[in-house]
Amino acid sequence: MKPGNGKEIMTGSKIILESLIKEGVDTIFGYPGGAVLNIYDELFNYKDKIKHVLVRHEQGAAHAADGYARASGKVGVVLVTSGPGATNTITGIATAYMDSVPIVILTGQVPTNLIGNDAFQEADTVGITRPCTKHNYLVKDIKDLARTIKEAFYIASTGRPGPVLIDIPKDITSSVYEFDYPEAVELRGYNPTYFGHHVQLSKVVKELLNAKRPLLYIGGGVIISNASAELKELAELLDLPVTSTLMGLGGFPSEHSLFFGMLGMHGTYAANMAISNADFIIAIGARFDDRVTGKVEEFGRNAKFAHIDIDPSSIGKNVKIEIPVVGDVKSVLNSLLEMLSAKSKEISSTQYDRLKWLEEINIWKYEHPLSYKMNDVIKPQYVIEKIYELTGGSAIISTEVGQNQMWTAQFYKFNSPRTFLTSGGLGTMGYGFPAAIGAQIACPDKVVFDIAGDGSIQMNIQELATAVQYNLPVKIAIVNNNFLGMIRQWQELFYKKRYSFSEMNVNPDFVKLAEAYGAVGLRATRPDEVEGVLKKALSIKKPVIMDFVVAPEESVYPMVAPGAPITGMLLV
Amino acid sequence: MEKTHILSILVENEAGVLTRVAGLFSARGFNIDSICVAKTLEKNESKMIITTSGDTQILEQITKQLNRLINVIKVQELTDEDSVVRQTVLIKVNADETTKSDIVRIKDIFGGRIIDISRNSYTVEATGSEKKIESLIDILRPLGIKDIVMTGAIAIQRARRPS
Repeated sequence: MKPGNGKEIMTGSKIILESLIKEGVDTIFGYPGGAVLNIYDELFNYKDKIKHVLVRHEQGAAHAADGYARASGKVGVVLVTSGPGATNTITGIATAYMDSVPIVILTGQVPTNLIGNDAFQEADTVGITRPCTKHNYLVKDIKDLARTIKEAFYIASTGRPGPVLIDIPKDITSSVYEFDYPEAVELRGYNPTYFGHHVQLSKVVKELLNAKRPLLYIGGGVIISNASAELKELAELLDLPVTSTLMGLGGFPSEHSLFFGMLGMHGTYAANMAISNADFIIAIGARFDDRVTGKVEEFGRNAKFAHIDIDPSSIGKNVKIEIPVVGDVKSVLNSLLEMLSAKSKEISSTQYDRLKWLEEINIWKYEHPLSYKMNDVIKPQYVIEKIYELTGGSAIISTEVGQNQMWTAQFYKFNSPRTFLTSGGLGTMGYGFPAAIGAQIACPDKVVFDIAGDGSIQMNIQELATAVQYNLPVKIAIVNNNFLGMIRQWQELFYKKRYSFSEMNVNPDFVKLAEAYGAVGLRATRPDEVEGVLKKALSIKKPVIMDFVVAPEESVYPMVAPGAPITGMLLV
Repeated sequence: MEKTHILSILVENEAGVLTRVAGLFSARGFNIDSICVAKTLEKNESKMIITTSGDTQILEQITKQLNRLINVIKVQELTDEDSVVRQTVLIKVNADETTKSDIVRIKDIFGGRIIDISRNSYTVEATGSEKKIESLIDILRPLGIKDIVMTGAIAIQRARRPS
């Protein structure tokens, strides 16, 4: 049906799906319910164009869309119903918000005439999600529907990315209007700055060439802005040592001679010593999180700071910054490289000091490398090293949160961006497995691992059915210590070994559990079985759970006590 | 140094924008001492005047965080030197034969008006700076204030004088 202007008249449901197609969406993670039944009915007609992944819990949908987005760089899309459907996604939305992940969440809502009535499955979704979305909308008029979707995708994927939620009442999905997808958005209050200011950039160049002990402290912004190549070029041009936050891992090759590992609470000795002894630190797409800085007054105490970030509010929030540069990491690094290309004389004349500084950091690295002691029980670190070895570092790795996450950050060598998916900001247990599902859908040809603990895997274990249904060969490696390991570690160190409710007295038999879901379960109880189990898992084109029974009281070292200066490391 | 700041915030006139701004203040632990919101001459814009307190670093964070909100168009700090700040107060004060003339005299000094009269009370309306309002309250207090209502501050930037 077409009115005089030639635009097709369609239902709200169809407008939603046509808009998604305009945005290039080919995958949705969702779960049907009353308020979205119209959309689901229309989706049935779009089976060839949009793949719908039926999760088993809405939290799984949000994390899967997040994993899909992190692995692919595209916007992840979630479709859930009103009330409990929406509230179940909150943890996933908050996770994506803290880590700046672009996802768009479509939630059903009760019909407009029932809003505010305490109707069945009604929740104030826009109210609940306001503090954990970059922006959100309630569509009260079908005329606004297409424009709202356009804006949502634009806001989610530009500037500092983040989740955007659109709440759609049921009557909007059944009423009809002409479909007119806008070409551009008009948002007066939203204009991210992409290019660094040249005055600030020249200050960075000047300071960089004056510095005797410069250091690059990189974060997730490097990955989000796809700036790994530029970063590598800059580091190599000036022999700049690089340390990374948890979120930045993969942004710079871990095996590069200029890389000194993660910094912060479980950072390497070399990285934390370098921060404390540097005279000029450039923070690149990082935000001085408390797990990174330790006692913030002591962080980089001998250094001047430059900070490159697309979000002005990240700059100067926790640490005083001498040279703020607001802009997209990639374009700022490109500008810096261009300015430095005219300075080859200065670069070579100042190189001696920088090489001397590198040598100093290398000595720290040599003195206290990451290590663990092998004996006749499986060490979790060993499992992770073996995963790295057997995948050649080419896998996509997600983690849960806690010891499994920190050991992965320390012992798996991430050499390319978008290969490490982890909940850094919110620290969400239960993130890793659904995120791995999303990543496997985005990258069907890659090997995808979720490195999990026995506690955290149980937080979204229901998604095993999803993985089996869509034949996703995700590999779950559980480092099973029958503890909430990181809690136990803190209780050991700071609460006199009073293991208050951190022991998992009852765990399922993970092998049988896998089999019950139609997946494959494997177990290793001795170090010499680890490699065989991993090889077998890699040879199976199905979801596999590997239960590695590891040393129960192994801890993550180095460790900095919360609030202590990051030089105060407890070493192995 | 902890100091009072007046922020003039131009926002898109959309449902929920007040909640977004107020929610940001509470979520990040910033104070709102007073808030005034009203439409502007533009149909789809509103102006919020928020009085807040904090040191310069906190003020910088508030401003940056406000600017992150999609519906916020512009944030400006208005200082005492370059802006005019006004509050309005309504004070219902006890009035008997001995005090009525005092009240009338006092409201004249403060440039106020009597806007409601009953057998035993006068309601005084006055507009001015926070300081002026406070001293009016101090002077009327001994007479017995029965009720008081105050607006938050509104503020406007002074026009540039030719130099």
